[in-house]
Amino acid sequence: MFFILQHLLSLILFVPAVGALIVLRLPQDDENLLRWAAFILSLFPLGFALLLWARFDPNQPGFQFEEVAPWFTVINAGYHLGVDGISVPMVLLTTLLTPLAILFSFSIKEKVKAYMVLFLLLEAGMLGVFMALDLILFFLFWEVGLIPMYFLINIWGSANRQYASFKFFIYTMAGSVGLLLAIQTIGIALGSFDMVNAINNWPAFSDFIYGISPQTVRAIAFWAFTIAFAIKVPIWPFHTWLPDAHTEAPTAGSMILAGVLLKLGAYGFLRLVLPLYPAEAQTFAIVLGVLALMAIVMGALASFGQNDFKRLVAYSSVNHMGFVVLGIAVAAYVRGSGDPLNGIIAANGAVLQMFNHGLSAAGMFLLVGVIYDRTHTRDLNEFGGLFPLAPVYGGLLIFTSMASLGLPGLNGFVSEFMVVRGAFAVPAFTLITALSMIGLLMTGAYILKGIQKVLHGPVNPKWVGHSLEISTREIISIAPLLALMLIIGIWPSWLVGVINAAVTRLMG
Amino acid sequence: MNFPFLTIITFTPLAAGLLILLFPAERKDEVRVTALAAAVIATALSLFVYFTYNSAAGGYQFIEKYDWVPQFGISYHVGVDGMSLPLVLLTSVVMLTGVLISWGLDDRPREFFAFLFILATGVFGVFVALDLFHLFFFYEIAVFPMYLLIAIWGWAKTREYAAMKLTLYLFIGSVVSLVGALAMYYTSGLNTFDMLRLAEANFSPEFQRLWFPFVFFGFAILGGIFPFHNWSPDGHVAAPTAVSMFHAGVLMKLGAFAALRVGIMLLPEGARFHMPWIVLLTLVNVVYGSFIAMVQKDLKYMIGFSSVSHMGLVAMAFTTLNREGYVGAGLQMFSHGVMTALFFACVGMIYDRAHTRMMPELGGISKKMPWVAVAFIIGGFTSMGMPGLSGFVAELPIFLGVWKAKAVDVSGYPQWLSWLANMAQQPWYFPAIALISAIAIVVTAAYVLRAVQKVFFGEISPEHDHHVGDVTVLDKTALSILVGLMILIGLYPTIMAPLIETGVMPILKLLKVA
Repeated sequence: MFFILQHLLSLILFVPAVGALIVLRLPQDDENLLRWAAFILSLFPLGFALLLWARFDPNQPGFQFEEVAPWFTVINAGYHLGVDGISVPMVLLTTLLTPLAILFSFSIKEKVKAYMVLFLLLEAGMLGVFMALDLILFFLFWEVGLIPMYFLINIWGSANRQYASFKFFIYTMAGSVGLLLAIQTIGIALGSFDMVNAINNWPAFSDFIYGISPQTVRAIAFWAFTIAFAIKVPIWPFHTWLPDAHTEAPTAGSMILAGVLLKLGAYGFLRLVLPLYPAEAQTFAIVLGVLALMAIVMGALASFGQNDFKRLVAYSSVNHMGFVVLGIAVAAYVRGSGDPLNGIIAANGAVLQMFNHGLSAAGMFLLVGVIYDRTHTRDLNEFGGLFPLAPVYGGLLIFTSMASLGLPGLNGFVSEFMVVRGAFAVPAFTLITALSMIGLLMTGAYILKGIQKVLHGPVNPKWVGHSLEISTREIISIAPLLALMLIIGIWPSWLVGVINAAVTRLMG
Repeated sequence: MNFPFLTIITFTPLAAGLLILLFPAERKDEVRVTALAAAVIATALSLFVYFTYNSAAGGYQFIEKYDWVPQFGISYHVGVDGMSLPLVLLTSVVMLTGVLISWGLDDRPREFFAFLFILATGVFGVFVALDLFHLFFFYEIAVFPMYLLIAIWGWAKTREYAAMKLTLYLFIGSVVSLVGALAMYYTSGLNTFDMLRLAEANFSPEFQRLWFPFVFFGFAILGGIFPFHNWSPDGHVAAPTAVSMFHAGVLMKLGAFAALRVGIMLLPEGARFHMPWIVLLTLVNVVYGSFIAMVQKDLKYMIGFSSVSHMGLVAMAFTTLNREGYVGAGLQMFSHGVMTALFFACVGMIYDRAHTRMMPELGGISKKMPWVAVAFIIGGFTSMGMPGLSGFVAELPIFLGVWKAKAVDVSGYPQWLSWLANMAQQPWYFPAIALISAIAIVVTAAYVLRAVQKVFFGEISPEHDHHVGDVTVLDKTALSILVGLMILIGLYPTIMAPLIETGVMPILKLLKVA
């Protein structure tokens, strides 16, 4: 037990990677063995994450469960892991969604082995980002997560997968080049890539770098970080890769993409941009806020305009992640000022919204996948009146949609309310917040449009006689998500307590 | 250490090559087994030397020195340091994997392996040389068999042209550097070719500035530096698979290494003076090379140009004159060697079975050759500098080095170049170069993904579906060795980086920047 606690983060990180190797050694044709092996192996990180949750002390300042080991000594980059109250919920979310996505993927028939291996590697990459405390290590995992996702879309995706996967990869890669160059600049200036050291020393760094004043370098590096993370979130106008990638990805890929990968960008803002560039973030917070507003409104409008069910859900991610960014922008704006309360509320809302969107987006994509598996179409006009044909499915879809819409009593409401509550009280953001309500209104519209087109109206005779009902395995895959949506909606404080302590410290 | 490890490593291939020639031509299996045995011996010894080298002590180790032509101060003088040791290991690994994947070669394997191994001896000889004459001697041994290997076993369409072009380019290069070397020999007045002594000869700055370009570019031609890179893609493409592996994997390193050993280490003042403008050439290598690779339709040409781009990073690292840059150069030489050997091995395997390398004609190969697909993809990610693989570990320090680099000594530039001297002294000069070369990372990602997409995924043509089969166990072994090295170094750079650092420190002392 002592060993486990000492190396808890490494275990969470490497068990999926080792699991991938194990699956790789299993026989190719025994597909059921491969599926179950991957599923069971992915439960281990979840178990460790729950242990982490239990042992994590929200009130202790700084990072916990830290591990330090020499790694790339020549350039002074180390293996440094640690978690705080912002990363622990994300670790939990990742380790929870991965087994569910794998369970849902039991219906994958082609190249099962490669699929499962990539999925486990993907999990390792994402977890690494949430736990890394070294900039190079952070970047390593940031990029490593790209590769499995590229192949998941490219090999198991639908018709337009090649274009979508290429766009996804190049878009993210282009963003990360700037990030890498900015990280290098920090490393050169400070002589180390350690994140804790950088957080302490970089904001006040006062020497000239490359003959350019530290303020200018920081401003440029700030934008390099911001654009890289903005692409990942994605923030309008960097979002165009997302609808393509989501639409073409296999269902479980979309679940992880929306559920976790988008969070990497938002996490990057909280973990790096705010602490490393407090002054720049404050200066440009309004810009960020306006972009978030655009994401909220345009995302909702675009979503409403879709006739492809999956694209509709994909654009809804742009809309929902906009609230995360709005919360972050508010936090950046009031950080360090005399009265950070509103910022703390907004940042709490942002982190909670990250978690919530992870649940509801994964659930929505799962349900889209279920209906697509049976009808082989995602065209909303092809559906209609399916409720009587698939009553359980209909119930689940309505429940999940309501969580996504932000119905009070379910999780989405809590976090969006917190963001809006925090943002509205800050004078500079009042107008932005007010305008973002248009987006909230449209959220209702597109959610209802989705439900109405699929479940209600006259029954499309085409589907009569088809068995459209959701299977038990699929219900099991979504049940934990539904339970969490309800629990967080009713009693959010178990989660907010952990987040709040970390966010309060972040806000100084 | 009195046991002559380095001599044995150097001459094992030659001995095996001569032995192979004694076999009757039709006994192909004996030839192959002998070749494999020699490669295994060389690899085992290289590994032993690699892991017994004392990093704490640093410097040249495993030294052997015998008089050769004492009248002219020529000696047989070998030794390895942190810079050359990884390259010795690289050579033996490429040799081993080259033999493995050439197992099925049926056209005169006896002569093929004999020439290949003579070439390998030449390469080893250069990497361990501590005597200038010795270095040139083996350098020529390495270049000459290449002509025959390409002209006889090469791709029928271009082999004569490519072999001739390559050989002429490289001979011209070596003649130019030989002139520089002789100038050093006579000017030093020490009557010795011993590089350790020449390094202390205190050549005047004027002398060094005059002769550095001769020596550096003479060798850097083989390293593929712009605008003298043009022989290399043609040569790569025309060569048979194992030779391409050697060629891009090892021979290009030979050029870069000799440019470092002879050019930079013996004429450090010259390096300080000239590097600020040479970096512009390397920038062209890196960026332009990647764009040219992007427009290729022939898979092998694409890889050939990607080598130009990646070797440009090595040369760019040399221009930084700092620790990070040089450590990165050492890592990149090893990493690129492994990666590009892997690429050419994969392309060879595909070509052998599909009889085409044109990307538009290929597709869906991953169904038929899953191992090749996985290996090529991992190699591709290495080449785009994906973290967790050796390419990242190598390119990251290079970029750090370029960011940090400063033009140390440009005061003596002629009047008409004063604008360049002024520009190079600006603090933003090298950072701007780092920024521009970062474009290559994205372009590389694009062309690698495009190639992976076209070749391995999508629809397989009915003709290929019919007759393309999977690769052999030996091929898989070779691919696994190469892929394993890329992952190992990518995840655990400490296995190589500190060693290289011990080799870099003395260089920095010579350059007076440490």
